[in-house]
Amino acid sequence: MALFSLNNVAIKGIAASVPNEVQSNSDLALIPEKDRDLLIRTTGIKYRRVAKFGTCASDLCLAAAEKLMASLQWEKESIQALVFVTQTPDYITPASAIVLQQRLGLSKSCLAFDINLGCSGYVYGLAMAASIIAAMPNGRALLLVGDVSSACISHSDKSVVPIFSDAGSATALQHDSSATAMTFNLESDGSGYDAIIIPAGGYRAPVSAEALQYMELEPGIARNQMHLVLNGIDVFNFSVREAPQNVQALLQHLGLKTSDVDSFVFHQANKLINDTIARKLQLAPHQAPQSLREFGNTSSATIPITIVSQLAQQLINAPAKLVFCGFGVGLSWGSVYLETKGMEILPLIEVA
Amino acid sequence: MDEFIAMLYDELGPLPTGALSPETQFRQLEAWSSMTALLIIARIDADYQVAITAAELASAHTVSDLYQLVKKPN
Repeated sequence: MALFSLNNVAIKGIAASVPNEVQSNSDLALIPEKDRDLLIRTTGIKYRRVAKFGTCASDLCLAAAEKLMASLQWEKESIQALVFVTQTPDYITPASAIVLQQRLGLSKSCLAFDINLGCSGYVYGLAMAASIIAAMPNGRALLLVGDVSSACISHSDKSVVPIFSDAGSATALQHDSSATAMTFNLESDGSGYDAIIIPAGGYRAPVSAEALQYMELEPGIARNQMHLVLNGIDVFNFSVREAPQNVQALLQHLGLKTSDVDSFVFHQANKLINDTIARKLQLAPHQAPQSLREFGNTSSATIPITIVSQLAQQLINAPAKLVFCGFGVGLSWGSVYLETKGMEILPLIEVA
Repeated sequence: MDEFIAMLYDELGPLPTGALSPETQFRQLEAWSSMTALLIIARIDADYQVAITAAELASAHTVSDLYQLVKKPN
């Protein structure tokens, strides 16, 4: 079981950024008007943020990182690690983290790499960045996490358009010998690799004229092989089975009850999934904040978006006991328990 | 079975009385959609603690087929 603790690392600040363009599911032409209310009630998603064509996840994360470094008064030379989690990189190669090292003006002595994960990515990224900083006295890391899912979905596919939304984030980590341990429980199951997949465009099925051919699979669902496909039912079953079990195992390992935790910040998949997970864990509504209505499913960025939009007041000044839990594409999932003692949380950043 | 059909009325409604029977081909109903399918899967998970996969659902055509899936040994 990948259940482990890391000492001597603290989160010093979190910032999140979204494109300023808002689209509403209330007037989404792809969905018949009579079905829109049920869609909004079931998914919990009313509004989505959509990046301009050509705006990358790295651009959103860059905006968040620059403001966060300025707010923390972190010298750029003091940052030794940059971890970028995304499924919508600038290029197939090289890794976007390295391009970001230069764009952010970080030192050449800073290590930088990408992680290809989606909805579980914030928790995994935190584990990787924290592992590095734990081993590095005076170490500081930037964890940048985000996706522009609008760039990889078919805009003629009603099974994905109303759900996905774009966002980026930056989390500042620092070596801190007074920090309480962060404890992670990370899991994966490749048997579900095709539950959420972009079938073509990698090297298993390279780009081809055929891969770009649009196919209408049913009314309201047309896409090509380079677009994201989501099997809603299998993702539902996976999420409501694995996320609660993973969190239970984490808490049991720590000898904690759900009532010992102030807030559980889950990946925001959709309201049906998130409500079911909260019910299975018997959480009080205030323990599991949601940001779906305003920001939808922003893939890897949902946890920082929820923190910035729902928990800023609680986390800026007061100590808190938190669980973050991400689950999705891979299939990949995991959770972390951590205690914070106040941190910088910036107001949401809007990018033109 | 009656309880199961009552649940379907709940999720697919409003439907006229008698619209659903064990023989009903549920995909032919106007109220059936990928969204209501997901709601029913979620309701079955909550009420019966049974997870029905997308492939199993695709193999079911009538209300009775669906009920057999709910009663499958876990």
